[in-house]
Amino acid sequence: MANKDKLGIQRCTDCKALRHPPRPMCGECRSLEWDAVEASGNGTICSYTVLTHPRFPGYDYPLIIVLVDLAEGTRLTSQLVNCTPEEVDFELPVVMTIQQDADGFKLPVFQLAERA
Amino acid sequence: MPVALKNEAAVAGIGMTDFSKASGVSELSLAAQCVVAACDDAGLQTSEIDGLVSYTLDSSDEIEVARAVGAGDLSFFSKVNYGGGAAVGTIAQAAMAVATGQASTVVCYRAMNGRSGKRMGQGISGDIITSDLVHWSWYMTYGMLIPGSWIAIIANKYMHRYGVTREDLGRVAISQRNHALRNPRAWGYGKALTMEQYLASEPIAFPLCLYDFCQETDGGVAILVTSAERARDLRCKPAVIRGVTQAATGGQEQMTSFYRDELESLPEMEMAARRVYAQAGLGPDDIDAACLYDAFTSEVIMQLESFGFCDRGEGKELVREGALDIGGRLPNNTHGGLISEAYVHGMNNIAEGVRLIRGDSTGQPDKNVEHVLVSSGVGVPTGAIILGKD
Repeated sequence: MANKDKLGIQRCTDCKALRHPPRPMCGECRSLEWDAVEASGNGTICSYTVLTHPRFPGYDYPLIIVLVDLAEGTRLTSQLVNCTPEEVDFELPVVMTIQQDADGFKLPVFQLAERA
Repeated sequence: MPVALKNEAAVAGIGMTDFSKASGVSELSLAAQCVVAACDDAGLQTSEIDGLVSYTLDSSDEIEVARAVGAGDLSFFSKVNYGGGAAVGTIAQAAMAVATGQASTVVCYRAMNGRSGKRMGQGISGDIITSDLVHWSWYMTYGMLIPGSWIAIIANKYMHRYGVTREDLGRVAISQRNHALRNPRAWGYGKALTMEQYLASEPIAFPLCLYDFCQETDGGVAILVTSAERARDLRCKPAVIRGVTQAATGGQEQMTSFYRDELESLPEMEMAARRVYAQAGLGPDDIDAACLYDAFTSEVIMQLESFGFCDRGEGKELVREGALDIGGRLPNNTHGGLISEAYVHGMNNIAEGVRLIRGDSTGQPDKNVEHVLVSSGVGVPTGAIILGKD
């Protein structure tokens, strides 16, 4: 759903359980039927790391990686943008934004809620 | 009636190549050399090998190794998945094969040009056609390409919750470097590490820095497993397998088990602990020394809790007390481990466990070592083994 500027979460259409990362079968009820719901984009930082070495092409360093507890209850690994390594911390509220790379590929990333 | 593995099989031989940063030979050559060395150690002919086990990540297939070393006809061959999580799993497979009569002389091996050849953390490319590659795509897209980046998410959360400091991680690195100072095979041989050097080292994946990482290595290690009864008559003192298990638990991913309710523990290691202690009829108080998998320093502290050497959150206290040092409660990775001897994907930690039982480690503690615990990779489907004296 990122190509429509939205953050999607996979949902079992039978038992309604949300799951991430996406899988073909629901581990709760074994259903193969699923759709996706749009996430609010709101969450808090569950954990994080700051990557400084090695530096791969195509990424901006220091690269802040966050594990986000989404308001809907699933978790998502993503990047924290518009933030310095000194500012990132546990439990901080974050908001999703869509980032588009030079090839037009869209990715959901996050920024601190106070900046959004 | 199930076959109980306790005391059925034993390690009768260990073999290894030189450990280096540039072997100059193929991985198949390393594999063949360490398998032959394990047979030599046991005093057996390579023609007696009837089983071979390795890692799915290993590039040298069993039949290629068999031809290279002149093995006998093979009645058992398999590979175990999940990177360093395979280490103890290979021994579990071998012990089952021996105990059930599928094979009598099984050699487990891991040989890699882990520095001069394919290095970890190079990412993936091409068609995303397997469940494993789909899994990695969720992380690599954001720049999480190196194993340290995945481990750091767990390590940071764990350290935050329990007040584990960079100095605590440093104590693990320095303790193992001190062991390596006595081990001529080790990358850290003769290279002392101070806390000042540790704290000043280059950041890589916060909170992990250079000396929290293991040593990319070219090398091979092989472990020869046969029946405990037969091992008794061979050249070396047997390291008897008291218990061995593989372990993967709910919410398990490969390195990225980020979706469990709690991130500050290692459920698969706790499962391995429960099973291996039950098989062996032993508990943490019976373990005299350990080789806890140490691709990263933080993993060692977390495992002290998983294996019941202390309560949750108290691993750091054990480390501060010097428990991991040569005269401590639980001398750990007395060869230097993956951090200061070599990263041969955990196989060299099993070899050290065997030496500790034999009593001939360069880091042999003064006390009697009756039982040694060795674990496989952390953050992946894993396993644990308890080796004991005959």
